[in-house]
Amino acid sequence: MNYNWNWHVLLQEPYLQWLISGVQWTFQVAIAAWILAFSVGSVIGVMRTLPHRGLQIIAASYVELFRNIPLLVQIFLWYFVFPEIVPESFSKWLKRDMPNPEFITAAWALGLYTASRVAEQVRAGITSVAVGLAKAAYASGLSVVQCYRYILLPIAYRLVLPPLTSEFLTIFKNSSLALTIGVLELTAQSQQITEYTFQGFEAFTVATIIYVLIALLVTLIMAQLERTLKVPGFNSAERSS
Amino acid sequence: MTEFDIGVIIDSLPFLWQGLMLSFSLTFLAIIGGIVFGTILALMRVSGLPLLSISAAAYTNLLRSVPLILVIFWFYFLVPLIIGEAIGSYYSALIAFIIFESAYYAEIIRAGIHSVDKEQTSAAKASGLNYWQIQRFVVLPQAFRNMIPILLTQAIILFQDTSLVFVVSLRDFMTTASIVAKTEGRLVEMYTFAALVYFIICFAGSLCVRRLQKRITV
Amino acid sequence: MISLEGVSKKFGDFRVLNQCSTTVERGEVVVICGPSGSGKSTLIKCINGLEPVDQGTIIVSGSDVTDPVTNLTRLRSRIGMVFQHFELYPHMSVLDNICLAQEKVLKRNRRESVEKAEFLLTRVGLADQIRKYPRQLSGGQQQRVAIARALATDPVAMLFDEPTSALDPEMINEVLDVMIELANEGMTMIVVTHEMGFARRVANRVVFMDQGSILEDRPTEEFFNQPQTERAQDFLSRILPH
Repeated sequence: MNYNWNWHVLLQEPYLQWLISGVQWTFQVAIAAWILAFSVGSVIGVMRTLPHRGLQIIAASYVELFRNIPLLVQIFLWYFVFPEIVPESFSKWLKRDMPNPEFITAAWALGLYTASRVAEQVRAGITSVAVGLAKAAYASGLSVVQCYRYILLPIAYRLVLPPLTSEFLTIFKNSSLALTIGVLELTAQSQQITEYTFQGFEAFTVATIIYVLIALLVTLIMAQLERTLKVPGFNSAERSS
Repeated sequence: MTEFDIGVIIDSLPFLWQGLMLSFSLTFLAIIGGIVFGTILALMRVSGLPLLSISAAAYTNLLRSVPLILVIFWFYFLVPLIIGEAIGSYYSALIAFIIFESAYYAEIIRAGIHSVDKEQTSAAKASGLNYWQIQRFVVLPQAFRNMIPILLTQAIILFQDTSLVFVVSLRDFMTTASIVAKTEGRLVEMYTFAALVYFIICFAGSLCVRRLQKRITV
Repeated sequence: MISLEGVSKKFGDFRVLNQCSTTVERGEVVVICGPSGSGKSTLIKCINGLEPVDQGTIIVSGSDVTDPVTNLTRLRSRIGMVFQHFELYPHMSVLDNICLAQEKVLKRNRRESVEKAEFLLTRVGLADQIRKYPRQLSGGQQQRVAIARALATDPVAMLFDEPTSALDPEMINEVLDVMIELANEGMTMIVVTHEMGFARRVANRVVFMDQGSILEDRPTEEFFNQPQTERAQDFLSRILPH
């Protein structure tokens, strides 16, 4: 195998700056998308557990729609198709005046896609909280909102912290899809460096290491979070009877 | 907004069909490769031999930490270099998919192996079967049966993942739709159509899995 | 035929087995009993090497189970084992359950294995269930199939680990009847059980264990009429009124 090794190239400008910029964009897309995903996902997840048939159907449809279309296609729909089907003035704004259109579209699409997965986790968490607990809450006079706010959600979120952590990590990985509409995040930059320097091995290795570090970081943060939120005698492996 | 032109979709159907066939073939081969390697990895992981189990764990954790696009870029770059000649995007992509998906299948199968009652292994051991016979006749058949719904769901995810070969311009369904979109200037029609096709296939798939799940859970 | 000599075992700091020694002659039926946690299940699992021992020797039919050189898979085919929860393979029919070890361990051909399976199933009274799957059978039927499965490899001895403890009361007798017949035919048997009626009927000896040690090892009638240790007396007084 003929290959000229040259790790130093990664420390030279502009390549080093490219990598740093790539990491920044990865974080920005991932975190923006997560904020959207967590909030929308929680709402949809709760909707699926409410005793209202109409809301359940809307929420279920949302989940089915966003789960059965590949993320790449969804990004393209939001970037290429959406601006064409909205009223003229909004369309013009989207195409010309919106700042950072690639970033916003990518974060938006990724956020809504991940929301459907978060919704399923939240739903699973809520339904595994004992029915008896909810009944006790209602019997003591709590309203539905109060029951969710004080009983169901606090327990549900603790129960699904592990899969939610997994979703958070996945969003970092999926942020790489933003490159398809021009966001120069980490993966894109490593590919770009390869195209310029032909040092693909070095470039991709650094990108790989950074993603692994991100994964470790996320796992550590979440482990800490789990410890902070821990209720004595109650862990995610226990099921209330 | 200009008229929605169904004609462009109909005219490009043969071309799109080829792309879809490539998506399917990639999916199918990656599933087989993924399950085969995934099973090997899972067995390594539960083998109890530190060298095997740590290697398998390292591999699985590494591949589950990185984006699929990066893995595709890796192999698109690496495979021709190793083999010494340009091998074509299809095989580079296929290898990338098998390597990537096997890490996910490994975790599923490992959970499946753990879901088989430990005493089943004891009973098989007590009758004189050796390790490989126990895995082949008693543990793995039950592990797979338990995991069929999840294995199938992962297959549907894999099918969606194949759309990412777009980044290396391999002509799968998504890429062909995109090519038509750009050359005919009909982005709305083509991407909407692509979304519709993917949705129908994946939704139908998930309905089948759900029905299968109901039949299995006695 | 089977001899245990100074068998000891620890799980971490906890001593599970403490210097257990006993012998079982060909054709003998030995019942092992004792309170839960006494180590009786662990002891019986050591005999065919399912559980490793820390100290001591176990010899079965001339082969040393505790010797790392011994080919355990071959030895195990000569010892039959029946488990508390039957452990039939749920994804195989009754027939395949009984044929698996015959074909893969003893290398018998299909025809021989099926003949043997049919013969054994008739013996335990379940010939008509041969094509069924374990989930379609009752607990008592499953356990009888398990006994047939263990007998299929023509073992020289049979080990039973609480064979009736997981059964509903009305099914216990159908299994015990099979075991009694087996004993009367001269099979060497070691049975961990609480069924004292069975013990009195066919056991030659009773081994009483408590906290990992063998406290008593005596002929059946002697044990029941005159238990020597306080623990044994205590145990019998609590279990016999049933």
